[in-house]
Amino acid sequence: MKDVTQPGEGVGARLPRKEDDRLMRGRGQYIADIRLPGMQDVAFVRSPLAHARIRGIHVPEDLKGRVFTAADLDGVKNIRAVSGLPGFKVSEQPVLATDKVRQVGELIAMCVAPTRAEAEDMAARVELDLEELPALHDMLEARKPGAALVHEHWGDNVFLESLVNVNIEAAFDAPVKVTRTISTARQCMAPIEGRGTVVHLDHRMDQLVVYTASQMPHIVRSGLSECLELDEGQIRIISPDVGGGFGYKAILLSEDVCLAWLARKLGAPVRWLEDRREHLTANANCREHHYELTLYAERDGTLRGIDCEATVDSGAYSAYPFSACLEAAQVASILPGPYDFPSYRCRTWSVATNKCPILPYRGVARTGVCFALEVALDALAAELGLPPEVVRLKNLVRPEQMPFDNITKKHFDSGDYPEVLKRALIAIDPEKVRARQKAGEPDGRRIGLGLSIYCEQGAHGTSVYSGWGIPMVPGHEQAGARLTPDGGLELRVGVHSHGQSLETTLAQVAHEILGIPVARTRVFYGDTAMTPYSTGSWGSRVMVMAGGAVATACTELSERIRRIGAHMLQADLADVRFENGRVIGPHGDVGVNEIAHTWYRRPQDLPADVDGGGLEVTSGYKPLRDSGTFSYATHAVVVAVDPEIGEVELLDYVIVEDGGVLVNPMVVDGQILGGLAQGIGTALYEEMAFDSSGQPLASTLADYLLPGAPEVPAPFIGHMETPSPYTRFGVKGIGEGGAIAPPAAIANAINDALRPLGVEMMRSPVTPRRIVEQVLAAREAGLVEKQGASANRSAA
Amino acid sequence: MKPAPFEIARPREIEAAVALLAEGGDGAKVMAGGQSFGPMLNLRLAQPSLVVDITGIAALKSVREEEGAIVYGALVTHADVEDGRAPDVGAHVLSRVAAGIAYRAVRNRGTMGGSLAHADPAADWVNALSALGADVEIAGPSGRRWLGLGDFLTGALSTALGAGEMLVAVRVPKVPASARFGYAKHCRKVGEFAHATGALLVDPQKGTARALMGAIDAPPLVIADARELFGGRVDAGFAGRFDATAAAIALFDAGVSDPVERHIHVEVLRRAVRQADGLFSPQSSPSSRSAA
Ligand SMILES: Cc1cc2nc3c(=O)[nH]c(=O)nc-3n(C[C@H](O)[C@H](O)[C@H](O)COP(=O)(O)OP(=O)(O)OC[C@H]3O[C@@H](n4cnc5c(N)ncnc54)[C@H](O)[C@@H]3O)c2cc1C
Repeated sequence: MKDVTQPGEGVGARLPRKEDDRLMRGRGQYIADIRLPGMQDVAFVRSPLAHARIRGIHVPEDLKGRVFTAADLDGVKNIRAVSGLPGFKVSEQPVLATDKVRQVGELIAMCVAPTRAEAEDMAARVELDLEELPALHDMLEARKPGAALVHEHWGDNVFLESLVNVNIEAAFDAPVKVTRTISTARQCMAPIEGRGTVVHLDHRMDQLVVYTASQMPHIVRSGLSECLELDEGQIRIISPDVGGGFGYKAILLSEDVCLAWLARKLGAPVRWLEDRREHLTANANCREHHYELTLYAERDGTLRGIDCEATVDSGAYSAYPFSACLEAAQVASILPGPYDFPSYRCRTWSVATNKCPILPYRGVARTGVCFALEVALDALAAELGLPPEVVRLKNLVRPEQMPFDNITKKHFDSGDYPEVLKRALIAIDPEKVRARQKAGEPDGRRIGLGLSIYCEQGAHGTSVYSGWGIPMVPGHEQAGARLTPDGGLELRVGVHSHGQSLETTLAQVAHEILGIPVARTRVFYGDTAMTPYSTGSWGSRVMVMAGGAVATACTELSERIRRIGAHMLQADLADVRFENGRVIGPHGDVGVNEIAHTWYRRPQDLPADVDGGGLEVTSGYKPLRDSGTFSYATHAVVVAVDPEIGEVELLDYVIVEDGGVLVNPMVVDGQILGGLAQGIGTALYEEMAFDSSGQPLASTLADYLLPGAPEVPAPFIGHMETPSPYTRFGVKGIGEGGAIAPPAAIANAINDALRPLGVEMMRSPVTPRRIVEQVLAAREAGLVEKQGASANRSAA
Repeated sequence: MKPAPFEIARPREIEAAVALLAEGGDGAKVMAGGQSFGPMLNLRLAQPSLVVDITGIAALKSVREEEGAIVYGALVTHADVEDGRAPDVGAHVLSRVAAGIAYRAVRNRGTMGGSLAHADPAADWVNALSALGADVEIAGPSGRRWLGLGDFLTGALSTALGAGEMLVAVRVPKVPASARFGYAKHCRKVGEFAHATGALLVDPQKGTARALMGAIDAPPLVIADARELFGGRVDAGFAGRFDATAAAIALFDAGVSDPVERHIHVEVLRRAVRQADGLFSPQSSPSSRSAA
């Protein structure tokens, strides 16, 4: 572990974000800012029903030629997001519905007009003749034999079933067994900017130019080329400023394919901007998990085994490229979390229902897994009469075990897991909190303390993803580095920066090697024509992968610089070194600016055998192991709960995390803060509910509650930096962690407050209504413990 | 989410607005701050043929004091009340309510008249002004009339406004120095509509109390003589005698059949009661002086 802050502009500097100057002044350029001559707007006719057979689509005569249905889409293939996992069933997703609709909001027709308002007027006039079918809104029902079928030819509704069993039988004789049913609600990702696509034809380049808010432009290009049967070279994807992604913008949407087809059909630019209703009801769904979880343990809290049945509501279709089973199948491999125990079994189902496809949201399966395991651990601690931190310390992987292969063969690269817990405990001060809890509040509220711990696999590469067999497998990451004739630096990367601050942090990485001021470094991204291929920004991978690639390219560039510098200094190559942007020889030195000037503007001064590659390098990078980096953290929170009306106030929040070497600790703080806000949303507010006919019940942000600034406390954030042994600079991926731990920590705190009332909340979000329901039910059942009983028990 | 086509008019006089509304019939709709109406247009829940934008009518922005009351023009905004540009009926009585409505951007535009005319059972003016016993003034083709808020609010999102009529003013009785107003809004996040509202206007000196439980999917339940909630009398120590069962029975009778809902509403009223009680400081309040 080393000190957090370092001077200068390189790795470790708390540098203000370069991109803020543009973004904070409202000068960002998003999809909705793009204006092209003759551009027309598209509105979609969407299915009002969750499950229905299409008997007819009636387009008024005067709208013909401006409204298009599946029958018009010549040469467009279905979206097929397959997985190579054995037994996976493929969903065929027509970009405009053909015979059946399988979710509310599914696209049926597209209407094009000079303005969106006119296009919506047209959409309102298209009449649908639908034969309603029984809709599946409950994944557990959908799993049962005899349920209606989302995809008839499957014979059931299960995309994929998986089973991991590591000697679970050995745990059955454990003296303590705790079983709980735990679930997380379906949510919506809610980036401030929704999706949006503008497409036009570039006749000069003979390319379809697709502007789209995407985290992974190169993957969108492959997906589009497959659906439209075009050469990849005929498509250029430009993803300009993106107002938040969180996974939603890592998906190829039907809308993207439709717009690309339409621009070619009309020979004119077309645009679709997703509105919030489309976003909530038709597209951005995520997270819905259900667990039956049993923990086996010794009386001292030592875990003997974990047995789990997990079901994930995957929705109607498999999303491209991540597929319908990434969540559930990952559950099985990551449920063990940061703990070491000998027996494990996990069975999972990815279930198709008549709801939007489930998409990967920041944290992906980890938020649900962390919630399930951590609330179950607190239930175990309560059962044993042990403080929750004691149970965790008994089972966390210890530093001397690192690197550690866990029970599902995850390879934890480095770290001291117990230490983040200990530091978080010092910051939150459990003794003080528990004394206050015991004393009681004058206003009748109840105090609770909650903990949760996770480890987060990030930047997992080829060896991990080739196993999933999905359309995308990350390989070497590449970056381009080019000196400009006046000694500035241009970097080109295939990842995207939609909040990650790469314009600053990748420049810091380059500075570490080349010494070029961050202000003179420009990072190009978000354009397939200008950047090397990449799977893009997802899986907490950008700093590990693109950072490593930039470092590799800059290192090669520095060697080229050194060679030219040696010649200019008339020194032997062996006698010159490159340092802080200068080549230093025995009798003098020369700077990058002069070297660049000489290469570009005065080649006559260079020897004939100079390296013709010059001052531009594209190079590739993979960590020494591609099984992923493991960052980890403890979250600790103190709440006050009003049991009569169910209001929860977060009184104190502590995060101690270890993300390896931090390139810019301020940027990491920003990532954690944003994740925390989203995690608080999962814990207390966000829920995409459906009625029994599969109708989504939230269509505006008045119904879909997001935490606002007043609901998010300023946390204490403590950093530890244990380098990864496998990555350049020892960095680890940290992009998602902030969103993983809060739901579990907050639910645990609420349960700590309410357990003496006989109440345990096992379902997110924990809403006031749910709290009061349980408080009243417990009162009715006479579950309330006698005064002081809980204190006695933990003393015993 | 774009509105269906409509015409828009921006009259300068109340009479002109009324004439436009009468002429437009069912297809004509008033727009004030647009903070509820705008979303309804965009979601196409409202598809009027004519929108009468009343924000150009200066007369609707005035405020005047009367004997024992203040009369607010329909266009007085939440922010006008919050910031004190419009006088309050008592110390921080309305300004406190206004500050809890939505977010500042909404408060800058949203109006008292618009909120009452929209008649959302969860809205703050609907509940606070009902608890305070306000009246509204209505202008229509056949002239002006006054109506108690209880008669004005006929259901969730529905009012007694007839064809061609609009709301022009709200008269709110002043809160006497001997009285206190407790107002509790239960919502899940700052700026959200209420899931339960409780209010109590209490005057232990006079022995009177008026209680309200709102956000019950219907116009608020007003208990004009709330002595029954305090064991039959309102005097010092009334708060300690709050009778949750009596409040729950009143809710049950008003059609709130879900016991969890009832519990929450009663508890929110209890918080309003406690708040009102706490506002009697030892110096100024006869009730707490005698309680001490
Ligand atoms: C994000 C958000 C959060 C909100 N949160 C809250 C909250 O917490 N509490 C709360 O109370 N409110 C809340 N509101 C509603 C807000 O207070 C509105 O401003 C108010 O309900 C309507 O006032 P308005 O002036 O904007 O009316 P408009 O939106 O213009 O009109 C609303 C309705 O009233 C009619 N109308 C308006 N004025 C008149 C009139 N003078 N005569 C006859 N009919 C008229 C219109 O025809 C329309 O049907 C919120 C709104 C938003 C957008």
